[in-house]
Amino acid sequence: MNKYYLGVDLGSTTSKAVIINENDEIIGRGITNTRANYKVAADIARQEAIYNARFNFLKRLLKDEIRIHPEYELYIKDIESVFQYLQFKKRLDSLLEQMHLTTSGNFPEDLKLEVHKNITGIFNSIEPSIRNDYITGDLGSKNQFFRDIVNEKYTEEVKKLKIDIFEPMMLVLDKSITPVENQLFEFDFRALVYEAMDILKSKYDGLGETVQTNDPSIHFEAELNLLKGNYLKITDSLKEHIESVAGHEIHISNMVGTGYGRALLPFPEDCIKSEILCHAYGAHAIFPNTRTVLDIGGQDTKAIQVDSYGLVTSFYMNDRCAAGCGRYLGYIADELNISLNELGPLALEADKEINICSTCTVFAGAELRELLNIGESRENILGGLHKAIVMRAISLIARSGGVRNEFTFTGGVARNQAVLKNVSDLVIKNYGKEIKINIHTDSIFMGALGGALFARKNINIELPKNKSKAVNKEVV
Amino acid sequence: MAAEVIKEKSMILQKEMIAKLFDDLSSAKDTGKKVVYTFVPGNLSELIHAFDMLPVYPEINALQSGMRKQSGSYIRDAEKFGFSEDVCTYVKCDIGMMLNGNIGPTGKKLPDPDLLLLSYTGCFTFMKWFENLEQLYPGVPVAMIHTPYQEGGKITPEMTEYMVKQLREDVIPKMEKVSGKKYDETKLKHILEDAAKTEDLIVKIFDTTKNSPSPIDAYFAGVYYIGPINIGFRGTPESVEYYTELYREILERVRLGLGPVTPEGEVTERYRLVVEGPPNWTSFREFWKLFYDHGAVIVASSYTKVGGLYDDGFRHDSTRPLESLSEYCMNCYTNLNLPQRISHLKKCVTDYRADGLLVNSIKSCNSFSAGQLLMMRAIEEDMEIPVGFIESDLVDPRYFSYSNIKNRLDSYFQMLEQRKIITKEIKQNIPAQTGI
Repeated sequence: MNKYYLGVDLGSTTSKAVIINENDEIIGRGITNTRANYKVAADIARQEAIYNARFNFLKRLLKDEIRIHPEYELYIKDIESVFQYLQFKKRLDSLLEQMHLTTSGNFPEDLKLEVHKNITGIFNSIEPSIRNDYITGDLGSKNQFFRDIVNEKYTEEVKKLKIDIFEPMMLVLDKSITPVENQLFEFDFRALVYEAMDILKSKYDGLGETVQTNDPSIHFEAELNLLKGNYLKITDSLKEHIESVAGHEIHISNMVGTGYGRALLPFPEDCIKSEILCHAYGAHAIFPNTRTVLDIGGQDTKAIQVDSYGLVTSFYMNDRCAAGCGRYLGYIADELNISLNELGPLALEADKEINICSTCTVFAGAELRELLNIGESRENILGGLHKAIVMRAISLIARSGGVRNEFTFTGGVARNQAVLKNVSDLVIKNYGKEIKINIHTDSIFMGALGGALFARKNINIELPKNKSKAVNKEVV
Repeated sequence: MAAEVIKEKSMILQKEMIAKLFDDLSSAKDTGKKVVYTFVPGNLSELIHAFDMLPVYPEINALQSGMRKQSGSYIRDAEKFGFSEDVCTYVKCDIGMMLNGNIGPTGKKLPDPDLLLLSYTGCFTFMKWFENLEQLYPGVPVAMIHTPYQEGGKITPEMTEYMVKQLREDVIPKMEKVSGKKYDETKLKHILEDAAKTEDLIVKIFDTTKNSPSPIDAYFAGVYYIGPINIGFRGTPESVEYYTELYREILERVRLGLGPVTPEGEVTERYRLVVEGPPNWTSFREFWKLFYDHGAVIVASSYTKVGGLYDDGFRHDSTRPLESLSEYCMNCYTNLNLPQRISHLKKCVTDYRADGLLVNSIKSCNSFSAGQLLMMRAIEEDMEIPVGFIESDLVDPRYFSYSNIKNRLDSYFQMLEQRKIITKEIKQNIPAQTGI
């Protein structure tokens, strides 16, 4: 039987899960937002990683077909998108039900009726819109998680209503979304994939009517058109593979939990590891020459020094102040009323360097408003704010012992292109051009990957303390 | 771990010694004994005894207030009185205690000072502290002895001469005047003989951590062991008796192969550490527990040398009484320069076969904390040992963040554990992880 190892990184903002095989290859990744119920967040991330692993298996099985017909890869990608939508839909249905329940228990009779009516109306309108976003792949990286997507779409609709209904409508959502977010749903992989294929059938069949002129994504359309004629040919062999993949037992031989909420994970004590070790180990596994790791997470920033074996020799972290962490960016995004993912691209458009002196998140917010008042552009202000957060990180690195070659940048914030640019610039400026800077597309998963690697290693090493408590748990 | 801790004879002895000192202090005004306020690093307790005076150590009172959970309100009172948030919390705790009637650790009122003796070593705050005490006790004479910093890494004859001159021309005349007694060098020499005996014993005691398992924790228990020597008993027959007894008990632990005693019984040694910096006093037990729960035993610490560094052979010398008192002051840990402190810590790591070095950086304490990151870096690079850095405060409970410290310590202990595993792997010739 194949053995798999799971690493769960329960961060302050997002929870990540990575599954690796015995060759230390990543076979599945899952991510969700961290919520009040940590166990659910960890379980959802794990569930997602398992589904993702199955889709990856599917791609591997279809390797030959995909080589001949590259458009099939798009088909699998579409299936995965719709598959995610179907999971989303289940939670959305539950939210609708919960919102009606909340309404019934909270408002005076006359208001109740209006709220019920509005909720039904809004859901009737946002549900198809979200479905369309998933099917056409329009969701992009803008909003990833249930809460964000629902919040955005719902708020947009509520704003169209009478002003005096705004507060009750938002109150219902606020009161209902948390319990729904904390629910864990079980899905049948096979059934959900078939359902997704059915939904896609209508998408592809309807392709004839698509207007294609002036569309910039011409290549994409070309693949879609190819699919239109061909996807049915793959369906038979796909069905066979789906059976095999759905039946494949993903046996998790051991797991390790890490991250800010690790102590709250329902794992045995010996399966809990510090995120400092996990980030360093994950980064070192991907880039074996790594000697310095910078991890900017939601709620703390860590500068870690490792040796040639991936062993941490020292670390320095800021655990007293949010300036310099992901939360700082989150706060700024809220202040500007834009999404977190829009910050980086806007900051990159800055045409002038603005110095943000504030070292405090809250006062940076005040400084931001002041600068807006005197007419400074959002882009320039954001450029300054990004530089400020990176300056904090660079000072942390200095305190941890400086940058040694090679330097690897991990954590969710590494996805922000403006942060990345500032980190690269400042590392080169302070430590020289010869420093090799590593960034990986999986940077946000480094902690979970390190955890999974520890999970695998613990079995090999057979620590007397760990051996007795090794977990043999069936996950699906 | 055993639930009950049996009080050793040495513990009883120490308790009696301290109780007697505070009894003597509380009745000092009746018995006519003169009281000298002074500091632990560079304390001239032999000289104080030679004049039959009693010492009061404000830092000891502050740390005792910290352990008895009173420092928080004392500090707030001192801040209300006008002290800034950034002032050393020992100072604020002490001032707060004085503002609240100067009730000492045993619940008895401490007498006002008859002399303020400032032999500050490496800590400029001491000077400011006594300037404040001077205002609180107007008219009380101040004797200040300027201790030259070991900037060049050694004590030169000129430095000793400079100190002896101050002792002869300023300190001793003031002590004669306050005590009403003539300086008696023969008496001082006798006291210094006992001081040297005490110093021999304390070096032997802290050397027992060379054993594995270490019979003692040289930091968390170490701070209790240095109690008598640091609060004025160095150079007394009681102190020789106490340290003889303590040494005997520890040797017995070595013979039985026992590990250190903690509030929850004996700890099984898993990691051996050297610690730089003072401990946190307000959550001392919690802080200690974070270590012994992981089997982390401190085999050497710089803090236990704060009242005197005897490892490298320095002893009070009855043949050179004032010279050796001067050299003692200059040789205190916080009066060493950074390369000296680095080399001392490195020697501790080597001699006591430590797995790593941990720094507890104290927000309040510049004399300890300045340069600690630099020292840590130098040691890490030179010795290739895992180093850890935590932050807390002496007696301000607002600066002890349990979860932050726990998070860093957990990571640090896992670092040590991981190193053990990988080192084992390397020895077994298993190739290291080389990427995905």
